[in-house]
Amino acid sequence: MKWDVSRINEWTSEEFPLGAVIPEAGNSDDYVTGGWRSQRPERDDAKCTQCLLCWIVCPDSAIRVENEKVTTFDLAHCKGCGVCANECPVGAITMVPEGCDLPEVK
Amino acid sequence: MAEQKVVAATGNTVVAEAMRQCRPDVVAAYPITPQTTIVEEFAAFVAKGRVHTEYVTVESEHSAMSACIGASAAGARVMTATSSQGLALMWEELHIASGMRLPIVMANANRALSAPINIHCDHSDVMGARDAGWIMLFAETAQEAYDNTIMAVRIAEDPDVLLPVMSCLDGFITTHSIDRISLLDDETVAAFVGERKADWALLDVERPVTHGAFAGLGGPYPAFKKAERDAIERSRAVIARVGEEYARISGRPFGMLETWGMEDAEVAIVVIGSTAGNVRHVARSLREAGSKVGVVKVRCFRPFPYAELAKTLSGVKAVAVMDRAESFGAEGGPLFLETRSALYDAAERPAVVGYVYGLGGSDVKLDLVESVYGDLADIASGSPVPAGPVYLGAR
Repeated sequence: MKWDVSRINEWTSEEFPLGAVIPEAGNSDDYVTGGWRSQRPERDDAKCTQCLLCWIVCPDSAIRVENEKVTTFDLAHCKGCGVCANECPVGAITMVPEGCDLPEVK
Repeated sequence: MAEQKVVAATGNTVVAEAMRQCRPDVVAAYPITPQTTIVEEFAAFVAKGRVHTEYVTVESEHSAMSACIGASAAGARVMTATSSQGLALMWEELHIASGMRLPIVMANANRALSAPINIHCDHSDVMGARDAGWIMLFAETAQEAYDNTIMAVRIAEDPDVLLPVMSCLDGFITTHSIDRISLLDDETVAAFVGERKADWALLDVERPVTHGAFAGLGGPYPAFKKAERDAIERSRAVIARVGEEYARISGRPFGMLETWGMEDAEVAIVVIGSTAGNVRHVARSLREAGSKVGVVKVRCFRPFPYAELAKTLSGVKAVAVMDRAESFGAEGGPLFLETRSALYDAAERPAVVGYVYGLGGSDVKLDLVESVYGDLADIASGSPVPAGPVYLGAR
């Protein structure tokens, strides 16, 4: 393939396909978009029933699931909107004030 | 030249007919006066199975253009139509369509913007969209609206261009009056426009891509905008080529300008859209009475034909530019500003005076045009150029 997307940050505009198309899908994962959060979710593992409703409602796909179980929050993309905490039927998620340390991209 | 069928129809009817003949894959539209009958008649074609188009009825013009952008990025040939406040509601998407280099073709029924509320013809809607990166064609007659719609598809989808094209026709004047129009047959139009071949179709699952990504500080955003400028500059040659090809099948030539009497004209009126007919009518009678008057009709506003306009106006003493739109706080309307800019580099610059006329559909009677030619005669023989813009027909 002509386009080596791993070098995308070094491309000049002429190197892009017309219309600034990126010849690869799913690359929004590479952008940190959780930087303007003021609150972040915390999950109480003892209360959580693993119903996965939080995973369904998260508008940023920021809830990590492995083997059909919620594992952690993807804080590089979580905007702190609190939808998960609001929708959790057992009150397992609470929103806590964000500190000053931003997470690294995975 | 291809066989043609002569019909009596309105501009909107033949724009819908041209859209059907161009066989778009997707039309997403919202009805707004005076565009409504375009999308109504196109919807009827879809309902009757006369065109195999995915017709998307959306809840606003904002959604109409958004749906068009998504469908065009997916690789479809996409067309729509709008007017006035609807065009204004599309504003942010207009820039997205051109920035993503999507060859969407849209008819715009030129209509005034509120306030006060008004549904009649002027160019304040399209002129508001003039910097959105769209190619802009203007029709004087229903025939030109039909021809421009077909040519717009070829211009937009040309690999050297790949930009959206707006095909403008004057609301109620051109859209609703019944006119004598020659139509090409379906096969001729289909062969002329061909098939759209998208390079980066979103629906190509073998080759996944991202459209409309982010290009922030320090990134290539300015260079993408420069590339857009280069593309609209290249469109000049493409517009000329498509116009020549279309003339071969239709017998109707298309240039960025259409001139009348300019070979030896001493004064000239520059005009755009349906008013050109009235201006030519007055010019013809003045010519018969011995006055050397000319008419320049601008058929393509973006890209603007600077060189062609400067050349045709080079020997003229005084020029009047008739704008059917305001540019509040400027020295005249948009066409006036462009015309003066076109003349700046000319060796001998004629006097240029700007007129604002016909706002909100107010009548453009022949005596108004005569008064403009009268002013030009005075200026040509030494009277001072009035500070513009001069309002015509305001009471």
